[in-house]
Amino acid sequence: MKRKVYMTGGFNTISMGTGRKEFHPKKPRPGLEDYIRKAGKGTLDQIGGADNVDEGVIGNFMASRFNKQANLPGFVPYIDEKLQWKPATSVEGACASGGLALISGIKSVLAETADVVLSLGVEVQNTVKAMYCADILAGAGWYQNRKNGHAYFFPGQNSDRAGAYYEKVGYDKARSGMKQWFINAMENARLDETAQEHQNKVADLGALYDKLKPNGTAFVDHLNVLDCSKVSDGASAIAICSEEGLKRTGVDKKNAIEVIGFAQSIRNITNAPTDLTELETIKRASRKALENAGITIDQVGTIETHDCFSIAGVLSTEAIGLAKNGEGWDYVASGNTARDGKMPMNTTGGLIGWGHPTGATGVHQAVTIWQQLTGKAGKSQIKITDERPYGMTINMGGDDVTVVAIVYKRA
Amino acid sequence: MTYEERIQNVSVIGAAGKMGSGILLLTALEMTDLSLLPENKEKTFVLNAIDVSPEGLSGLMKYLREQVRKTAEKKIVWLRKMYATRDDLVENYDIINEYIFDALNIVRPVSTISAAYASNIIFEAVSENRALKVKLLSDIDNHNSNNPWYFTNTSSVPIGLIEDEANLKGRIIGFHFYNPPAVQRLVELIKTDNTLVEVVEFSHLYAKKLRKIIVPSNDFAGFIGNGHFMRDALHGMNEAQTLAAEKNIPLYMAIYIINKVTQDYLVRPMGIFQLIDYVGIDVVQFILGVMNPFFKDENLHSELLDKMMLQGTKGGQMSSGAQKDGFLKYKGGRVTSVWDIHKQEYVDIDKFQEECNEMMGNMPDSAVDWKSIIKNKNKDKLLSGFFNDLKSSENLGAKTAINYGKKSMEIANKLVTDEVAQEVDHVNTVMLTGFFHAYGPVNNFFE
Repeated sequence: MKRKVYMTGGFNTISMGTGRKEFHPKKPRPGLEDYIRKAGKGTLDQIGGADNVDEGVIGNFMASRFNKQANLPGFVPYIDEKLQWKPATSVEGACASGGLALISGIKSVLAETADVVLSLGVEVQNTVKAMYCADILAGAGWYQNRKNGHAYFFPGQNSDRAGAYYEKVGYDKARSGMKQWFINAMENARLDETAQEHQNKVADLGALYDKLKPNGTAFVDHLNVLDCSKVSDGASAIAICSEEGLKRTGVDKKNAIEVIGFAQSIRNITNAPTDLTELETIKRASRKALENAGITIDQVGTIETHDCFSIAGVLSTEAIGLAKNGEGWDYVASGNTARDGKMPMNTTGGLIGWGHPTGATGVHQAVTIWQQLTGKAGKSQIKITDERPYGMTINMGGDDVTVVAIVYKRA
Repeated sequence: MTYEERIQNVSVIGAAGKMGSGILLLTALEMTDLSLLPENKEKTFVLNAIDVSPEGLSGLMKYLREQVRKTAEKKIVWLRKMYATRDDLVENYDIINEYIFDALNIVRPVSTISAAYASNIIFEAVSENRALKVKLLSDIDNHNSNNPWYFTNTSSVPIGLIEDEANLKGRIIGFHFYNPPAVQRLVELIKTDNTLVEVVEFSHLYAKKLRKIIVPSNDFAGFIGNGHFMRDALHGMNEAQTLAAEKNIPLYMAIYIINKVTQDYLVRPMGIFQLIDYVGIDVVQFILGVMNPFFKDENLHSELLDKMMLQGTKGGQMSSGAQKDGFLKYKGGRVTSVWDIHKQEYVDIDKFQEECNEMMGNMPDSAVDWKSIIKNKNKDKLLSGFFNDLKSSENLGAKTAINYGKKSMEIANKLVTDEVAQEVDHVNTVMLTGFFHAYGPVNNFFE
C-alpha cells in the first residue's frame, strides 16, 4: 500500500436481542440514532474527540425498512456536533456493509482525502418479528428469487448449502463440524460482555445441539435454529488513520493495528452459486487480500469469518484454504478453530455467538482483531505469537455475493 | 356429506363471549386452511358469528384479526406453499395479510339467529341456561332444512335434556371446550343416548384437526370437569368453615390457610379459592344449582357462596383477562387480602399471614412448587418424596393437605362409580389437561 493505514479506538455496543436478559421484545428500546451515537462516542473518546476526525462513514444494510430511515450520513453529526459540516457518507452491501465502511475509510486515507476517518456499522433489527425480518434481509439476495424462496429466505439458502454438503461428505460428518462451530461460538461469546450470548449458561451445548434436529415443517430442512445467527441490534465503530492522523489523535502505536492488505470481490447476484458447497467469492477475496498483504495463510494467527450460519463457518475454512475441499467439517470438529486451536476463529463468538447486527458486523470483526492484536480482548484474549502475528477479517454480504477481506498486524 | 362439505357453512351462537370467541377463532382457522387447499379453491366457506351484542361482535373482529395474525406468523412456512401460485404475494408480510383477510372474509358477524338457518353445523356457546339453549336450538331446527348437527359447549346441563326438549333426535353432542378454547387442549365429549355415529365421528375428526385432546364423559350434570371441580370447591369451602370453628379463628384466616394448602401443599397451579374466583363465584353458584337436582344423595349447595353473592363479591374476569376480586383480592396477579364476610371488607394478608403460617407449620425441605415441577421428568419421584414427608408430619398444613388429597381422590373415584366417567384415567386426564394439575386425583400419594 502506498501509505500506511492504521485502525484504533475500536468500540462495540452490546449486541441486543433474544439471549440477553435485558431484552424485552415488547418494551421500548434504544433506536438507530442511539446506537450510532453510542458506538461513535465510544471511538471518539479514545482518539481525542471529534475535532480529530476528517470524515465519517456509516455501514448499514436496511435501516430504510427496519427503521424507515435513509440518509444516514445525517446521523454522523448526531454523534458529536463537532462533526457537523464535515463530510460523511453511508455505504451498503447487505451484511458486508460494515466491511465496505472499513474499506471506504481505508481508501479515503490512501487517497489522502482524509487522515482520520470514523468508520461505523449499525443495524437495529428487532423492530420487527423474525418472519418479517426474514423478508427484509431477503433483500440481500436477488429480488426475483424471493417469491420462490423459503419463508426464512437466508436460512433457506444456507439450508440448501448444508443439504448439498451433507450429500458431499455425509450427514453425520457435516453435522459434527457444524455442531463444534456452534459450541465454539457459545463458549467464546460467554467471555465477551457485549456478546448476545454472553449470558448463555447451557451446561451441555452439544446435547442441546443434538436434540434440536432440523425440521423443515417448522423451519428449514437442513438447519436448526442453533445453526443460525440471531436477530440483533448493535453498532461498532473504529477509527481509520494515516500515520499523520494517528499522531494527531495522540494514540500510542501499541494501541493501534496496521492494515497491510485488503481485497473486495463481487459475485453476480442474479446467478446461482456454481457449487453450493463452495464459497467462491470468499475464496477469491481472502486469497487476494493475503496476496496484497504479501503473506501466506500460515502466518495468520486469528481470523474473524462471516458465520451467519454454522455451515458458512465450516465452508469458509475450506474457502480460506485452511482445510482441503470437503474436509472443513473435520478441521472444525477436530478443534482447530477453537480459541486454543491451531487457528482461533471468531474469538468473541462470531455472528452466531456475539450477534449479527447485519450492517455492523464487518466493523465488529475489525474491532475484535484490534482487541486481540493489541491485548485489549480481556477475558477473550488469545495468545498471538511472533511467528503468526497477523489477523484477518472476512465479511460477506448475501449468499457469497459481496465479500470484503482485510489483513492486519500490530502497528 | 363429507367433512369438507359439512364444514362449509357453520354458525357459532354466542360468538362474542369468552368461549364463543375462542370456538369461532379455531373454527375460522380450520375453515380458512381448508379453503386454501387446491381442491377447495372454488368453494365458498361461511362462518356466521352470531351474538346479541353488536359491541361484542365488534370486539370479536379485532380479537380475530390479532389472533389470526399470530397463528399465520407461526405457520408461515406452510402458508407460503399455499399461496405459491399468487404472484402478487411475495413477502411473508403480504402472505400473512392475505391469510388474515381470507380468514376474516369467511366470518359474518350478525345479531340475528336466522343466519344459522342455512348452516350444517351449529356451535352453541350461549350462557349456561337450559331454557335459552332449548329455545335457540329448536328455533334454528324449525327453520333449517339441512338437518344440522349441534355442538353444544354446555358445561353442566345434561345434553339429553336439551336434545329432548328441542327435539333434535340424535343430532346433538356435548363438545365442551375449556377456557380459553384457543389455548386449552381439553375437550369433553358428551354423547346422549341417541347421538348419531356420524356426529361422533365428525367430532373426533374436527377435534383432531384442532389438536384437541378428547375425553369422553357420560351425560350426567356437570360431566367430569365440573363434576370434580364443584365437589372439590365445596370441600374447600367446608374445610375453611370447619377450620374457623375448630380453631376459633376468623373465616378469612381459614380461607387463607385452605387456599395455601391447596396451592402450595397440593402443588396445584392455584389454590381452590383463587380458582373459584377465577371461574367466578356467580358461575360456581349457578353450576352447582344446575347440578344439584340431579344428585339426590348429595347436597351440592354452598351457603357461603350465597352470602358472597348477596354481598356483591363475584370474582370472574374483566374483559382484559385481569382477575376481579372475589374471596381474594388481587394486585398484579398476586393475592393481597381476603374478604371478611362479617365486616364485609377485605383484610390485608400482612395482618394475619404470619399467624396462619405459624399455625400451619413449616413445609418440609422436600417441598416442590407447581411451576418448577410440571414439566420435570422426575415429577412423580419428587412429588412422592414431598407427600411422604407430609404424611409423616403432624403439622396442621400437612394433615389438611393429606386429607384434601384423599378427598379429591374420593371425588374422582365416585365419578367412576356413578358412571359419569368411564374410567379413572379419564378423570385424571381432565384434571391434568383441563386444570393443569401436576398429577391426577387418583394416585398413590396420599394413602
